[in-house]
Amino acid sequence: MKAWLTLHWMAFLGTVAKLAVTPFATLLNVLVIGVALALPAGAYTLLVNLQQAVRNVSSDPEFSAFLALDVKKDEVADLDRRLRALPGVARVEFRSREAALAEFRQHPSMGDVIAALDKNPLPDAFIVRLTDTNAEDLDRLAEKVRGWANVEHVQVDSAWVRRVAAAVGLGRVAVLILAGLLSVALLAVTFNTIRLQILTQREEIAVSKLLGATNGTIRRPFYYFGALLGVLGGGAALGIVYGAFYLLNHSVAQFAALYASDFRLGALPPEDMASILGFAAALGLAGAWLSVSQHLREFEPR
Amino acid sequence: MIEFSAVTKRYPGGYEALKSVNLTIADGDLLFITGHSGAGKSTLLKLLPVIERATSGSVIVNGQNVSAMRPAAIPYLRRNIGQIFQDQKLLYDRSVFDNVMLPLSVTGVPFKDGAKRARAALDKVGLLTREKANPIALSGGEQQRLAIARAIVNRPSIIIADEPTSNLDADYAAEIIDLFVAFHQVGVTLVIATHDESAVSRAAARATVRSVQLRSGELVA
Ligand SMILES: Nc1ncnc2c1ncn2[C@@H]1O[C@H](COP(=O)(O)OP(=O)(O)O)[C@@H](O)[C@H]1O
Ligand SMILES: [Mg+2]
Repeated sequence: MKAWLTLHWMAFLGTVAKLAVTPFATLLNVLVIGVALALPAGAYTLLVNLQQAVRNVSSDPEFSAFLALDVKKDEVADLDRRLRALPGVARVEFRSREAALAEFRQHPSMGDVIAALDKNPLPDAFIVRLTDTNAEDLDRLAEKVRGWANVEHVQVDSAWVRRVAAAVGLGRVAVLILAGLLSVALLAVTFNTIRLQILTQREEIAVSKLLGATNGTIRRPFYYFGALLGVLGGGAALGIVYGAFYLLNHSVAQFAALYASDFRLGALPPEDMASILGFAAALGLAGAWLSVSQHLREFEPR
Repeated sequence: MIEFSAVTKRYPGGYEALKSVNLTIADGDLLFITGHSGAGKSTLLKLLPVIERATSGSVIVNGQNVSAMRPAAIPYLRRNIGQIFQDQKLLYDRSVFDNVMLPLSVTGVPFKDGAKRARAALDKVGLLTREKANPIALSGGEQQRLAIARAIVNRPSIIIADEPTSNLDADYAAEIIDLFVAFHQVGVTLVIATHDESAVSRAAARATVRSVQLRSGELVA
């Protein structure tokens, strides 16, 4: 047990030392991995921000049904009953044309326009709120109500929210593809770096094996090296994303101000950062494993 | 105990470097394997730490047929066999001390214990004052003593040496032989391949030695 811990500790120290004796090569490797990971990490962070923004503006799921202008009072009552009977409906609010007109009158810029009209152009309306945010249910109900008599027009207010959500879903797939492609690049970087290391250390490896080193002992430092390279690269990626967002936020603030919003690009939640670091470490480890399996074969006893 | 029974080694390409060799080496023996270049001495030695495997026959080391040993067990066998290679295999990118530490660090001996044992080994071969030097700065005889220090640092019960006195001046060669005699006197089993007759006779003058000869892969005496 103690020997095992000693071996791990020495492998780790050796790895840190190895990274430290070639600071420039290490820096370049870390940057290559960092840049490669920064693209999907940055895109992902943007998506998270976008989703957050959408969630903030999207109200409860509701639609408005505008009635025909010549609708009768008992027909309104009938519609009210039928709307309440629909499945998944939480609340039905009637907004009479008189109330709508009164509201318009309050509005300073609208008052004159309304006054110029000889009769009320506004229809009666129902605002129907559903119990959950399921977009399909909302669409289905709105479609159904659209077909009813005396219903002139149905407007689903949160349609654009769903469009954004769909775009975010697409973006997610794009990020995954990007991450997949760039992971291959990362894998290649660690694979090759470790191949070069094995080449320069082939004598030490050969002698160590002759002196009784197990394959695990030989491989371990390379695993540490790959994982550490991955973590450092992942850290660099997060740093790049953070820096880019810091610079972007100035413009974002100006842009958001136009919409009277105080929206800013935010950092990823810590668990997402941890996942990115973990993912990078796993990739580095995988690259190391592939490389070591490929290149240590020649040292096996015949 | 080491026992070669009907050992044949055929290299890829078909060359038979050993032909049905039978040889028993008792614990504590000081055995010289002599013979001309190409006779199969190195091949015979390489079978013990399984650097090569016998094509047929068995090589028993302490009760285990090592030529049939599974790869994962070989490192543990090698830790109990001190090897002195013909080309020494020193690492010139590190100090004398670190060279001797290598067999210990690859087996996970904690640094403090390892350093104590490495210095004891260096002391035994008279290189303690050179521990910080690079092996390249050592004389030929000193390099060979460093190789010996590295071979004994794990306190193996068996030491094998391939042409340990070749390329050495007579004085240096004598020092090396005296070291081996000293190990023999504390009970270590030594198997030494050499074509240097004077090395054998120097050892024979100081201890009871055994000597066998290989000729074209066959044991003749
Ligand atoms: N790896 C190898 N592949 C093919 N032939 C080899 C190999 N190693 C040694 N030989 C051949 O085996 C014979 C015995 O070699 P070796 O055991 O090194 O003899 P010695 O040590 O007595 O000089 C030689 O003819 C040599 O050419
Ligand atoms: Mg030889």
